[in-house]
Amino acid sequence: MKRFNLLSFSVILISVIYIARLFYLQLLENDYNIPTLNSSAVKVVYDYPERGYIYDRNGILLVANQASYDIMIVPNEVKHLDTLEFCNLLKITKEDLIKKTEKAIRYSTRIPSIFLAQLSKTDYAFLQEKMYKYKGFYIQKRSIREYPVKSAPNVLGYISEVNEGLIAKNPYYQIGELIGTAGIEKTYEEVLRGTKGVKYIQRNRFNKEIGSFKNGVFDTLPVPGKDITLTIDSKLQQYGEALMANKRGGIVAIEPSSGEILALISMPTYDPNLMVGRERSANFTKLYLDSISRPLLDRGLQAQYPPGSPFKIISALTALQENVITPYTTTTCHGGYKYGSGAGSFMKCHCETGYPIDLNVAIYRSCNSYFSNAYRKVIEKYKTPYEGMNVWNKHVESFGLGNYLNNDLAVGQKGNIPDGDYYNRVYPNGRWRATATISNAIGQGEVLTTPIQLANMTATVANRGFYFTPHIAKHIEGVPLDKKFTTPNYTTIDKKYFEPVIEGLFNVVDNPRGTAHWSKVEGIDICGKTGTAENPHGQDHSIFIAFAPKDNPKIAIAVFVENGYWGSRWAGPIATLMIENYLKGKTNRPLVEERMFNGSIQEEYNKQIQGNLRH
Amino acid sequence: MRSKKNNIFLGIDWLLVLFYFILIFLGWLNIYAATVTEDEYEIINLSSEYGKQIIWIGLSVPIILLILMFDAKMYEKYASIIYVTSLISLLGLFVFGKNINGATSWYGFGIFSLQPSEFVKATTALAMAKLVSEKMFNLKNLETQIQSILILFFPAILITLQPDPGSALVYGAFIFVLYREGLPFYFITVGITALILFISTLIFGYFITLIASLVLFFLILIYFYFYRKRAFKRGWLKIIGIYIMSALFIFSIDFVFNQVFEQRHRDRFNILLGKTADTKSIGYNTNQSVTTIANGGFFGKGFLEGERTKGDFVPEQQTDYIFTTVGEEWGFLGSSIVIILFVLFILRIIQIAERQKSKFSRVYGYSIAAIFFTHFTINIGMVLGLLPTIGIPLPFFSYGGSALWGFTVLLFIFIKLDANRIYEW
Repeated sequence: MKRFNLLSFSVILISVIYIARLFYLQLLENDYNIPTLNSSAVKVVYDYPERGYIYDRNGILLVANQASYDIMIVPNEVKHLDTLEFCNLLKITKEDLIKKTEKAIRYSTRIPSIFLAQLSKTDYAFLQEKMYKYKGFYIQKRSIREYPVKSAPNVLGYISEVNEGLIAKNPYYQIGELIGTAGIEKTYEEVLRGTKGVKYIQRNRFNKEIGSFKNGVFDTLPVPGKDITLTIDSKLQQYGEALMANKRGGIVAIEPSSGEILALISMPTYDPNLMVGRERSANFTKLYLDSISRPLLDRGLQAQYPPGSPFKIISALTALQENVITPYTTTTCHGGYKYGSGAGSFMKCHCETGYPIDLNVAIYRSCNSYFSNAYRKVIEKYKTPYEGMNVWNKHVESFGLGNYLNNDLAVGQKGNIPDGDYYNRVYPNGRWRATATISNAIGQGEVLTTPIQLANMTATVANRGFYFTPHIAKHIEGVPLDKKFTTPNYTTIDKKYFEPVIEGLFNVVDNPRGTAHWSKVEGIDICGKTGTAENPHGQDHSIFIAFAPKDNPKIAIAVFVENGYWGSRWAGPIATLMIENYLKGKTNRPLVEERMFNGSIQEEYNKQIQGNLRH
Repeated sequence: MRSKKNNIFLGIDWLLVLFYFILIFLGWLNIYAATVTEDEYEIINLSSEYGKQIIWIGLSVPIILLILMFDAKMYEKYASIIYVTSLISLLGLFVFGKNINGATSWYGFGIFSLQPSEFVKATTALAMAKLVSEKMFNLKNLETQIQSILILFFPAILITLQPDPGSALVYGAFIFVLYREGLPFYFITVGITALILFISTLIFGYFITLIASLVLFFLILIYFYFYRKRAFKRGWLKIIGIYIMSALFIFSIDFVFNQVFEQRHRDRFNILLGKTADTKSIGYNTNQSVTTIANGGFFGKGFLEGERTKGDFVPEQQTDYIFTTVGEEWGFLGSSIVIILFVLFILRIIQIAERQKSKFSRVYGYSIAAIFFTHFTINIGMVLGLLPTIGIPLPFFSYGGSALWGFTVLLFIFIKLDANRIYEW
């Protein structure tokens, strides 16, 4: 190269390199240039749609929205603060002020953060006129929940600030946003919340906003949340809660023909409005820490109890299906059932018959011997008890027992229905026989169910052999119901075996010698079954399952009253009152009703606490 | 004849003048875009930087006329005096200088400041032209070599001490001139090698540099041993000698840097070399600058429509980072056109320089082509994130009176010299 060409050559070479660099930056990198959206140049402003309302099946508004006001702080704008006056105004201490300010500074000195959350309308009206005096503080309006009906907190759930773990998993949520944390708010979070709108705002490096970013091409409009109509009958729910006053337990009522949950009661309950507003976290902590009555435990869904005598229905149906008994098979009960040679191998019975009884009598007198015998015949029909146990397990689980119902409720428990493997684990040498598991026949022993499982089992019997998965959402604006809620699940029991069992259940209430005859309601054919489940912590649980009317049933219900002594004492009247209330719209048994409203088992619960303290 | 000589516009290269005004006009548009705010948008607004720039542009016209009025021969005749005077003006800064942004590079005249180093480029070019055009000048000669280097050394060292090492770097441009005028090629080789060793030692440390250079020299030895047997026999001692020299050089850099320099010097170098991750100042600048340019896309956002320009994200956008405005608002298309304009402008200077009959004019022209080229390369290279952050202006684009007038003087002395070539016999 000639010497005088070096400079010209360099000029051209450098310019080619620079144009290539421009090409790379402006044409290749620019294609994925959207990351500038996350840069400091662009402020993201969210436009929150109104959360969907929640109605009961008759259109009664259960959950609405109300305005709430947060006091926001921008730490580096705070100037000349009269702390004493300010603290008095907000009813906080100086320590609170310092702590809250430090927390805000830790987050950011320039970006607003919440100083005091969720003030009521009255507080706001008072503060509104004075806030202008305090530089760096302002009031931001938000939308929070309001519960016009003080009922069913376990069903409705609540919303709370999203936690950091969830923010990391789900990019939709930003710090400080609200999310459904329990109940229907949780399961239908995305439906209720809608989709927030996003606005991108261009700003300069002093964080001053200077207009819309790229003329708003990335901006989105908010999609409003959808309203949900629940399957819950709010009047029935409230009536049930009133009946359960001062008693612990759960009630689940289901419409058998659809699987819709009419009432889902967990006692003790609390006012859902406690989960809203400035006192929310204090209230939550109080409820959460109450380890004695555990109000946050949804007893209808989460409490696992031995089902007791209502489980005899399953024992009967299983034995009929396996052809080991017929409705006319008789057993004579001599005050109990001896299932072994040892002195301890004896199950007591209170059926007080003493003569050969058939299936019908066995059901309405709740004879332990009859069903133990039938159960043993099922297990012993097969070569090994292991095999027999598995066959039995298959039948029982087809009623939706022993597993999650896989529905639209936020919580649940599996319960327990043992199978052959279960007993192989309990007796590792494999030497166990039907008699070792005999308590299963009468719903004791290893069998555990939740009230909703029991209610679903009742609905299955009412339907004569199938059930729709129990669910809580009846209708969502513009969204069809999940198919799994509209497809029937069939049991392994033939339809023909249900009628004789239902006849027995009808007699439980109808026959003067039936265990729940006292709960008979004029004009309604109720089929029911009492239960008294032993439990190691205190008095027996009072259980009652029922459906009505006998033909074309409209409601199936399971009532569990913890430590309620026996089935017909609390659970029976409560269940039948609810049926009466639901079917007739009113009840005609003021004395019974009065006794339920005012009856309390608190003393029994107190005894347990004292007992625990003594240990 | 006399009347013709009185016409100061006679013989001037109108093409260069056209380039000059186009570049200044485009530059001003971008300064306007980078500094205009929504509440003040009048073109004549003396409180704003785009308004002041109009004044600087206006005042450059009498400067041009003044330059053209002088006899071209005067520049050659008084080159030494002009050069020495300008060096004194640099020295005077240490006494009367005004400190702006940490560098004492300005003389303050009330509201307005003048940066003499912007004009010293022109005086040094004159001095160099004068030296090279002397009859005894021979760059193979050690004495000449030393003289040439001293002419560059004085302004460079005075500017470095201001401290404004970026502006001092521009004097490296004269390597093109000296090479053009016969500087042996090995000077360039040695210069580039020294530069590479210097940067490598500062970035990677002396140990790695030493090992790497040892491997390289070993490979060269092997190459010579197998493929250039004869050269190897003659030169192996020389190759080993060069390596030993390099090793000593590396050690001395390390020693000077860590023992002689103070921390603030080291910081400056480290930042210059991108060794210190300084995201808040230097790293921040480059990041903002590159992002802003990328935001332009092919056609750009349009005049006054650049989001990041409007958002004032790029620091010093109207001065050193003015090209980011071009990049964002005019896109790939506009930026490429601006680059091509600069290329044509510089090539035109070289072309005219090569046609000069006077050696003085040729060397001067070649010098200013190299200076424009160096500014162009360093400034745009920095803005595009290809070179470390060295704050020197982009000719005719960057805001600032001194720089504008400095480049104007630089260019129009050459235009005058060129116009006078018809009288050179």
